Amino acid sequence: MKKEWPVWEVFIRSRSGLDHRHAGSVHAADAKMALENARDVYTRRQEGVSIWVVPSASITASDPEEGGELFEPAKDKVYRHPTFYDLPDELTHM
Amino acid sequence: MEIDINRLDLEFQAKIDSGKTIEPKDWMPEKYRKTHIRQISQHAHSEIVGMLPEGNWITRAPSLRRKVTLLAKVQDEGGHGLYLYSACETLGISRDELFEQLHSGKAKYSSIFNYPAVTWADMGAVGWLVDGAAIMNQVMLTRTSFGPYARAMVRICKEESFHQRQGFEIMLSLCNGTAVQKHMAQESLNRWWWPSLMMFGPRDEESTHTEQAIKWKIKLKTNDELRQQFVDQTVPQIELLGLELPDPAIKWNEERGHYDFGPINWDEFWRVVGGNGPCNRERLAARKEAWEKGAWVREAALAYAEKQENLREAV
Ligand SMILES: [Fe+2]
Ligand SMILES: [Fe+2]
Repeated sequence: MKKEWPVWEVFIRSRSGLDHRHAGSVHAADAKMALENARDVYTRRQEGVSIWVVPSASITASDPEEGGELFEPAKDKVYRHPTFYDLPDELTHM
Repeated sequence: MEIDINRLDLEFQAKIDSGKTIEPKDWMPEKYRKTHIRQISQHAHSEIVGMLPEGNWITRAPSLRRKVTLLAKVQDEGGHGLYLYSACETLGISRDELFEQLHSGKAKYSSIFNYPAVTWADMGAVGWLVDGAAIMNQVMLTRTSFGPYARAMVRICKEESFHQRQGFEIMLSLCNGTAVQKHMAQESLNRWWWPSLMMFGPRDEESTHTEQAIKWKIKLKTNDELRQQFVDQTVPQIELLGLELPDPAIKWNEERGHYDFGPINWDEFWRVVGGNGPCNRERLAARKEAWEKGAWVREAALAYAEKQENLREAV
């Protein structure tokens, strides 16, 4: 048998109240082992309070070559930002 | 087509020059990919092989405090290897291929780990000098152009600082101890000094990849610049320990604003790089043995995972 253990992407919540963030990846035979390996590799100094592991093969990523088309539509929509609106300086609490 | 590649190359370099990072799925010149696979894997192998000389002393650490520290450091080095293997794999090479390259001798690792750790003082000297030298290189690499490599370096640098400090603390205890202990520290410093200077690689005039490496931000300083910086920061530390300088030629040069130091034995450097250092064969044999003896564990875990998966599907 010459198969490698699959790759898992590791996401860690560093403290309560924060989002999980991508930390890196590990190899593991199954999900339980992936969690244990992620714990050993990425949280040796209490860097996390929660871990997600996801098989890398299950991730669909956007193509950097198509980044233009994908993100272009939001570019000219300046009216989605609060600073777009002209309001008097005297106005408070807004 | 030719022109197209040239244009892509120029755009690629412009992207690096503007301070943007290159991510695994971005277009990159084949040479960039290959160079990074070589460098990152070499770095990963160094972390893993570097566990051997120190791992050797865990059972013989002189106190529980030293033992847990050394154990934690060696575990960190294992972690560093894993961060780097993962970063390397994003470039389209598998973990097994990387190990294969290490075991066959195709890939190199830092030559420093081909020297033996023969006394307890070596645990001090290695942390202080070897990790110290590695840190200088790694701090520089936190700003390198390839995203996964730079991010692995940030993580590694955060962890490295304790490695160097615990090493210096070991040296300090020995230097404040008996005459025999202090002598052990001196002897260890003398042995590790030159190999540590060699860690920065060949002299600039002999280093073939420097220009390209600087363009791609794999290097922000040359080998000789880093080596000089290491000498400058380490000499006062040697004096603080009250040890004798390991090189009689070390002398402050007012004009240069740096310490002068004696010539490095480059024949020795190339001999060790070429596979004929004191421990090259031993280190590689230890890695291969671990890989081969671990095969049944890798296979069993996979077989178990597949069986569980089948059972789940059958329900
Ligand atoms: Fe390390
Ligand atoms: Fe280290």
